Amino acid sequence: MTTGTVHTKPLVVMEGISKNFHGFYALKNVDFNLSEGEVHVLFGENGAGKSTLMAILAGVHRPTTGTIKVSEQEVAFHSVHDSKHSGIGTVFQEFSLVPTLTVAENIFLGDEPLKNGFLDKTRCLKEAEGYFKRLDFDIDIRKKVSELSRAEQQMVEIVKAIKADAKVLILDEPTASLTDKEVAKLFEFVHGAKKKGVGIIYISHRIQEFREIADRITVLRDGELIGTFNLNEVSDEDLIESMAGRAIAEIYPPIIKQETNTPLLLLKEFQAEGLQPITLEVKSGEVLGIAGLVGSGKSRLWRSIMGLYPATSGTVLKDETDLFRKATKVLVKNGIFYLPPDRKEEGLQLLAKTENNIKTNVLFRKDILSKFGLVNTARQQSITKQASQKSDLKSRYLKQSAADLSGGNQQKILFAKGLVSQYDIYILDEPSVGVDVGTRSGIYLLIKELTEAGKAVVVISSDLPEVINLSHRVLVFSKGHITAELEGDQITENNILSNFF
Amino acid sequence: MTEQIHTMDEAEGTGKSKLTMVRNFLIRAFNDYGVLPFFLVIAIIIFSSFSSKFLTLENMTNVARQSVYLTLVSLGQMMVLITGGFDLSVGTSIALTSVISSTAMVALASAFPDMVWLIIIVGILCSIITALVIGALNGVGVSRFGVSPFIMTLGVQSIGAGFALFITGGVPVSGLIPEFGNIFGFGKLLGIPIPVLLAILSIIGMWILMNRTRIGNYIYAVGGNIKAANLSGIDTKRILLFTYIMCALLASLAGFLLTARVESGETNLGANIALESIAACVIAGVSLRGGIGKVENVVLGAFFIIMVQNGMNLLQVGSYVQMISLGALLILAIIFDRYRFRFNRT
Repeated sequence: MTTGTVHTKPLVVMEGISKNFHGFYALKNVDFNLSEGEVHVLFGENGAGKSTLMAILAGVHRPTTGTIKVSEQEVAFHSVHDSKHSGIGTVFQEFSLVPTLTVAENIFLGDEPLKNGFLDKTRCLKEAEGYFKRLDFDIDIRKKVSELSRAEQQMVEIVKAIKADAKVLILDEPTASLTDKEVAKLFEFVHGAKKKGVGIIYISHRIQEFREIADRITVLRDGELIGTFNLNEVSDEDLIESMAGRAIAEIYPPIIKQETNTPLLLLKEFQAEGLQPITLEVKSGEVLGIAGLVGSGKSRLWRSIMGLYPATSGTVLKDETDLFRKATKVLVKNGIFYLPPDRKEEGLQLLAKTENNIKTNVLFRKDILSKFGLVNTARQQSITKQASQKSDLKSRYLKQSAADLSGGNQQKILFAKGLVSQYDIYILDEPSVGVDVGTRSGIYLLIKELTEAGKAVVVISSDLPEVINLSHRVLVFSKGHITAELEGDQITENNILSNFF
Repeated sequence: MTEQIHTMDEAEGTGKSKLTMVRNFLIRAFNDYGVLPFFLVIAIIIFSSFSSKFLTLENMTNVARQSVYLTLVSLGQMMVLITGGFDLSVGTSIALTSVISSTAMVALASAFPDMVWLIIIVGILCSIITALVIGALNGVGVSRFGVSPFIMTLGVQSIGAGFALFITGGVPVSGLIPEFGNIFGFGKLLGIPIPVLLAILSIIGMWILMNRTRIGNYIYAVGGNIKAANLSGIDTKRILLFTYIMCALLASLAGFLLTARVESGETNLGANIALESIAACVIAGVSLRGGIGKVENVVLGAFFIIMVQNGMNLLQVGSYVQMISLGALLILAIIFDRYRFRFNRT
């Protein structure tokens, strides 16, 4: 399926790259090459291995097997420093910025200008200013990075990567939180760099961007190479299908909205730090999608309802009781389940067995205690089994510790925790982050079942197709308030994106 | 009538803006310098109103001289805190330096009683080696093996204290040559006490290191976000190793000077210094989460701790109550640290 290279001189050739993390293959025998003056897109779902592949090229990880050649010389990077010295600049998705240092200090971190062996702070400031001017990014370089918005941090990250006059530039989702205007400036820069012969590797989810800048595209799925295509020879539909491994209709099941939608949760003028007062309803039998950029407040709102982030004023009504600023435990007892976005940080006890992770939640049930106040362990066990079956978790995983399972199976544990009791409202914060396609469609089926059983399901997601295809109603967040409420046919990518800023 | 209302509004307006100005000034002082300016002002007001001797040049000079040892240790502690760790073994560095260097000097003095400088140089070498071993132990444990700084330095502190007692059997090492104490304990150069001179040199050196060199910049970066520092091509392990070694070296210098001051090798020197140095740093606005801290403020923080102790001595507060106060101050400072950067200027 691989087509021949358009350009002649190969800048980077990666052959047979595999990467094994604790017995789990993140990459399996992947080939990738980049020519001079080429923009090469890496495309794939979360967890497909794009970032791992680039982390290897950037010197963050070492490949388990495989060879890397840069400018026809075989290289073995032991650190980011090594790869930088071979002329590879990277804009990391997880920012490589130090929040406590200023913008200028960050730009030169690891490569500070010296004068007589001491830091040359004036030159540092002057040169940093020049870089931002050249790109027309408007940022005060004396500010600390912690004081910048996410988009501004992204700009700093970009400047940091390109300032080294790299031969190869890796841009890992550089436009994720930029405005259209800033994206246009970045593309202008990319075109300029391309003319100078710089090879650019571009990782993005935004298909609409590819045709604007890219020459070739390599698709990865579940750590495997699906193929490398010339962009003018493939259609968007083909790309999406090869990314997902199946047609879109198969991944997202049609969810039938229930006819009677009673409001289960009412927010009135609810406010938390960094949020405008918000009034909304969560209704039974429908999927409420929540879209917005990182930092838009889309997740913070629900976290502050759950008592995980300080709320300041307003009411949270459920069954006529006000749950405003109640302890998280009280909210859970009142039938609200929250699935956290970071399963390793907040969701799981990683070292505990899978079944014990789920059993903890069974303890919230009132009927679990026998009459002497002791836990009925047999009953606890059977409920745990049922819940794990419902969330499609194989029973052999129950005895293993959660840390040993794949991301997809860990996510299934989180769902099983929500299925042990009858909750009325399921708040799912990034429900499919970092899981493979198979698990995703399983998760979507669960959401379908819950909704059609009359539950209220809230899906907070940075994955636009997920929000668009699952939701009956979508709220778009921007800068701490709701910028749009979309229903039915109004839910389109354009309508959502245009309300992001 | 309308005019009257107008002027009233204006008066209220300026009153308000004055209040917000004061508020903004206080918040800015708090965000930039932490609790130290507030603590200093409060302490000076309290002590000088109860004791006329407190705010005199003589007493303040005295405080400055006494604070040399804590300042040295706090400078090292600051580096470690800025990387996001902390060093509980500074007391051990002091005790072990004291015991090992004095044992070596006493032994050498009995063989070559006349070679004063040889004896002292051997004492200095022993101190440096002791510091290198302790610092390398801490640094390797934390950076290579990923042991949490708390456990690593707590373990090393116990190991070191055990060694010191093992070497001396708990008895102070006496019989040091008098020149040693005369030079490093009580000596003066150009009218400045030698310990003060060494402390000033260390402060200047540390300021240059932290503000004008790459290493200093990397120390801030490692504490600010170690992952980001690594992605920027910084050898974070080497930076961590370096800071723990520097911390031990500074503690050792304090131990060497203290030994000269008390003119014997003692295992109980620096028993409270871990707590005191962390307190000095935190009060001076060094963040326990790493990445933030200024040399000049830490010097002032160490001075503040000694000044409070001096003030309490003048007021004849007992040492037990002093311990209570120090602990309370530390906890208070940390609580305030958590609220830093929470308030925004309006």
